[in-house]
Amino acid sequence: MLEIRYFEEALEELFSRGLLHGTMHLSIGQEAVAEGVCAALDDGDYITSTHRGHGHTLAHGADPTAMMAELMMKDTGYCRGRGGSMHIADVANGNLGANGIVAGSMTIATGAALTQQMQGTGKVVACFFGDGAANEGAFHESLNLAAVWDLPVLFICENNQYGMSMSQDRSTAGGSVAARSAAYGMPGTRVDGNDVEAVYEATHEAIVATRRGDGPALIECVTYRYRGHSKSDRNLYRTQDEIEDWRTHRDPIERFAGKLVAERGVAQSNIDAARETARSKIRDAVQAAVKAPDADPADLTGAAYA
Amino acid sequence: MRYAQSVNHALALLLEQDERVFLAGEDIGVYGGAFGVTDGLVDRFGEARVRDTPISEEAIAGLAVGAAITGMLPIVEMQFSDFVVNAMDPIVNQAAKLHFMYGGNVEVPMVIRLPGGGGTGAAAQHSQSLEAWFAHIPGLKVVAPATAQDAQDLLLAAVADPNPVLVFEHKLLYKNEESVELRTSTAAPTALGEAVIRRAGTDLTIVAYSIMVGKALEAAERLESSGISAEVVDLRSLRPLDIETVRASVRRTGRLLVTHEAPAAVGIGAEVVAGVVESDALDYLLAPVARVCGKPIPMPYAKALERATIPQVEDVELAAKELLNA
Repeated sequence: MLEIRYFEEALEELFSRGLLHGTMHLSIGQEAVAEGVCAALDDGDYITSTHRGHGHTLAHGADPTAMMAELMMKDTGYCRGRGGSMHIADVANGNLGANGIVAGSMTIATGAALTQQMQGTGKVVACFFGDGAANEGAFHESLNLAAVWDLPVLFICENNQYGMSMSQDRSTAGGSVAARSAAYGMPGTRVDGNDVEAVYEATHEAIVATRRGDGPALIECVTYRYRGHSKSDRNLYRTQDEIEDWRTHRDPIERFAGKLVAERGVAQSNIDAARETARSKIRDAVQAAVKAPDADPADLTGAAYA
Repeated sequence: MRYAQSVNHALALLLEQDERVFLAGEDIGVYGGAFGVTDGLVDRFGEARVRDTPISEEAIAGLAVGAAITGMLPIVEMQFSDFVVNAMDPIVNQAAKLHFMYGGNVEVPMVIRLPGGGGTGAAAQHSQSLEAWFAHIPGLKVVAPATAQDAQDLLLAAVADPNPVLVFEHKLLYKNEESVELRTSTAAPTALGEAVIRRAGTDLTIVAYSIMVGKALEAAERLESSGISAEVVDLRSLRPLDIETVRASVRRTGRLLVTHEAPAAVGIGAEVVAGVVESDALDYLLAPVARVCGKPIPMPYAKALERATIPQVEDVELAAKELLNA
């Protein structure tokens, strides 16, 4: 979680210094969802991610230097500068990619799960999607198909309560994404997405069943994004008080760190050391990425085809 | 052998020889597909590999993407090509882009078969020719086999290709009886992106694909009896487009007529014409170019209206004569 937080904060700084291009969707405040889910996965399990995917990607074990290089338009980036923030993938290591289309990865995750079933790999696919995606047709088609075919896929709704500016109250009939699971006859649970242990437990339980062949499950993790949707967001649709309330009282990192110290006997010095380790890892990633060669337009001809 | 049986043979061969191959689509199992193309395959290969799907075109296309990038070779069907409109995101935003967008680290070897075209009385939502939409998109390949032989050969080539390939099969071709050299290996028997000259001629070049190839050949027969020698080029592949074969033909004949069932505007014909005039073949043109295409209206139902909308042999013949002032 610390690496994700510091990675995103580093991006904010690089953006303000004009070193990044375009826009980006930061997951500050949502770290527990990425970390809790990915911690429950085994080697060889897959994820699909979203436009707000830096956290999922890091939690799944991506190299922060190659990620940073991608965002800094370098040839050594995951996508050689062709994808950027919304399209980081590490397919060889089971990350089937972030996706700029809301719900765009849901049918892909379903297909990847079909491969696991047909090849009998015993692996599962964790499909991250946002609360906004739950109102796309692909959500319905994917959950229905995965359920009728008993596919090994976990649909992880990262509910940060706003689809850009549209609050879940205004967008989502029935008020709960998890409740929709009943329509597909699959297990559905709603957890505190800012409690990394709760996310881990719910995911772990679902994975055990899914790996056993019980079919898909839906987990809704309720969380909150501190920053705007993207860099153009002026936060006109929510109050500063609301944001402050989440930051002050429900921050996933502070909650977990506090719990480790208060209830698990972890020394504060260890927490501080973990923070410094994560900070320096991200600092190193930035420094290495800055020195890397730029993406090269000469390589573009024919690059659309394998 | 019928065109549909030739497709069926290729599918069976692929299922038999490559365990990564599976089929998915609406009613392709026991029903045998809306046009009988997958007849008998579920009995031979089982429901796990010949998969009936819910009526969920977006999921059908998307599952092909997900399966392809994780090691399978999916061949999925849009029951009617018109229904692909419900599946545009997985095809255009995902399948076409992933290889490039992810820095070349992934391949998307999937095939979508799309029965299309008019003439069946099925009206506006079951008769379209949408191939140009996809030929416009970098990352996709598009083929439109005109013969039973190519129905088999281009499908095998499509599956052998590491990129997403859309195979447009005209519904009226399915019942065509032709002799076919049946393949016994899944190796690509032909390259994707090579046009062929179906008939040699000296006075004009008629460029066609899919069902219009047959009509162009019939028009060429009639023109012969009027003393006009027409060359007929079958594009076979729309992306990549073998413009060199067209240019070479135009250099020989000096006249160009392009015909397809889809409407002319922003279509394959426009691309062919542009490809010719961008080269020195322009200098060989003795007359303006002509396009004989579907009328720019939704496909009507009534037989006479439908016939009037679709380019017919006599339309090609007439346009060719006009090019020669004959």
